[in-house]
Amino acid sequence: MRYETSRWLAAARRPSAIRPRVGGSGIRGLLAAVLLVAAPTLFAGAHAVRAQDSAADANIPRTASGRPDLNGLWQALGNAHWDIEPHAARPALAMQPGPVVPVPANEVVAMGAVASVPSGYGVVVGGEIPYLPEALARRDENRALWLERDPEIRCYLPGVPRATYMPFPFRIFQSESKVFIAYEYAGAMRDIYLEDPGPPQVDSWMGQSVGRWEGDTFVVEVTGFNGQTWLDRAGNHHGAGLRVTERYTMIGPDHIMYEAEMDDPATFSRPWTIRMPLYRNVDPNARLGQFKCVEFVEELMYGHLRKNPIR
Amino acid sequence: MDTFARIRSADRPNVAAPAPNGGLALKAAALAPPTAGLVLLFAGLALAGGPAAAMGQETGDEKADWVVPRTPAGHPDLQGNWSNATITTIQRRDEQGPVYTWEEVAEIEGWVYDSRAEAYADSDPNREAPPVGGVFTGDPLFDAASGGTGGYNSFFIDAGERVAVFNGEPRTSLVVDPENGRLPSLSEEGRRRLGERRRARAQFGAFDNPENRPLAERCIMSFGSNAGPPMLPNYFYNNNYTIVQTPDHVMIMTEMVHDVRVIRLGEPRPLPKHVRPWMGDSWGHWAGDTLVVETTNLHPNQTLQGFPPSEEFKVTERFTRADETTINYEFTVEDPLMFTQSWSGEVPFTRLDGLVYEYACHEANYALENVLRGARAEERRDQGN
Repeated sequence: MRYETSRWLAAARRPSAIRPRVGGSGIRGLLAAVLLVAAPTLFAGAHAVRAQDSAADANIPRTASGRPDLNGLWQALGNAHWDIEPHAARPALAMQPGPVVPVPANEVVAMGAVASVPSGYGVVVGGEIPYLPEALARRDENRALWLERDPEIRCYLPGVPRATYMPFPFRIFQSESKVFIAYEYAGAMRDIYLEDPGPPQVDSWMGQSVGRWEGDTFVVEVTGFNGQTWLDRAGNHHGAGLRVTERYTMIGPDHIMYEAEMDDPATFSRPWTIRMPLYRNVDPNARLGQFKCVEFVEELMYGHLRKNPIR
Repeated sequence: MDTFARIRSADRPNVAAPAPNGGLALKAAALAPPTAGLVLLFAGLALAGGPAAAMGQETGDEKADWVVPRTPAGHPDLQGNWSNATITTIQRRDEQGPVYTWEEVAEIEGWVYDSRAEAYADSDPNREAPPVGGVFTGDPLFDAASGGTGGYNSFFIDAGERVAVFNGEPRTSLVVDPENGRLPSLSEEGRRRLGERRRARAQFGAFDNPENRPLAERCIMSFGSNAGPPMLPNYFYNNNYTIVQTPDHVMIMTEMVHDVRVIRLGEPRPLPKHVRPWMGDSWGHWAGDTLVVETTNLHPNQTLQGFPPSEEFKVTERFTRADETTINYEFTVEDPLMFTQSWSGEVPFTRLDGLVYEYACHEANYALENVLRGARAEERRDQGN
């Protein structure tokens, strides 16, 4: 695992992968370049930031105290939100028997190709989630009953790590005293405590997050889940006892390598990890949108309780 | 009982038993942030017959000793958890002046304390069952929320227990302009729009459709314009906020309903007029030590004191650290289509010691479903099936 991360870091250090983040020309550009190179050294003593001379490290934006600066609008690419395991494309998530082969369920057939599942190379390290037998059966049942069971359909809070790779951006707000993540999907958010407040006092959808720096990696331990969140649209799930250990490592000015280790002995035979890069949205017009989907699902959830139902 | 202790540690001048020079102490207290330490200091000096000048000097030193905490960029640090819960109402009652006397403050806060104490007392296990339909308290918030059934009792409610003290003045309203502390009159267009909205609503019964229910009941926005902007207390519960500052953004999270407002710093590049997110489009800049935030494009279904914002709506907010535990929050609403003049308010945000927990509202919104289901059941009953 460590080896693979190193490989990514090595790739990020190749000149072709390096894009100087601080632009400008003349004195300003030169000054910026000097500061960029000098910054890690400048802050090394006071803040125990390892002095590293690699080009990749010099290109990582840093905060005033020398930490990697994770501020920005980030998004995962790929199809992990459909299914975190490797999978071929398929007609739909909800299927029904057809005369020859299974076909999309009535509820989604009108969506055509829009509701079809694109293939995915998978983000699970090792390829497969090590479910316990009953948990695997539950996953398969979830998959068959996707329309009734996936919390995303009802616009419920996504939990962690699912929030990270929903097909929506999220913004990290990082200051010297706070780290906070706001997700576009469902307006989900996490205040990542930099001081451990102790065991979570309440179970929650997004869990309780406690963050710390391990060198240049921001490590977040997430516990206190309510067990109602999923890992993707393919029925992959976990229990309330899940402990997620997330690692955010900048591998370039516009890339974070994201890892999340899932430890839940009631569901999995061993801890396992997902890993994927997160991409900065470099469009100057990009902003975190609002996707308050609660009102969008009212017809689905309450339409049958209207005075005059329309369907 | 811990909550009691918190209420009891009132950091207000003890004016129940006036000191010989109580008037002077009151006046001095009114000029200073009423912290416990200061009040004790005043009391001690008053008893020792210390000269008024010395008291004034102490006040000055206390204020001068506090240094505004700053971010690495040099701006005042507004970060942390804050609350704007207060018992001072948004609009002033007609007969009131702009500020309470400290005697009035003691009386009002004492009444709140006593009524809490009564509500927290153990229930009588031998009490009669409440009548069908519940017991209405006369407090519209309690009665509306629980239908008089005690569904929301004092355990749930954290409506504020203090008079809002702003710049040392105990205020009778959060609105300070117009001078009478009340919202200005609607313009002719404002009256027309409000009438239109009421007519649109009157086509339906209150329980016909989910869309006929209030935004808070649907878990779309907090009640009482908590998230705003302007961010106003809801006089019920969870009036809590988390602020995070980065070099180019200020993030304000309103606990109800985990609403994150992203304020971008710099030259505004506002959204097109027809794109109207729930909390609008906020842009900020620093004017000296004050964060100034201008917001337009507020969602047309947001309500501010019952009034829908028009497409010309703009609110300007000002955040200033007043002391270690207070942000002075000032706002001005300009909506020339709706109102005959702008209106402004001043609200103290007080540091909240404690965590803000997840406000997952929609995920277990049995209330909305049951409200609608109940209405359908009543219809069936009335139709005799």
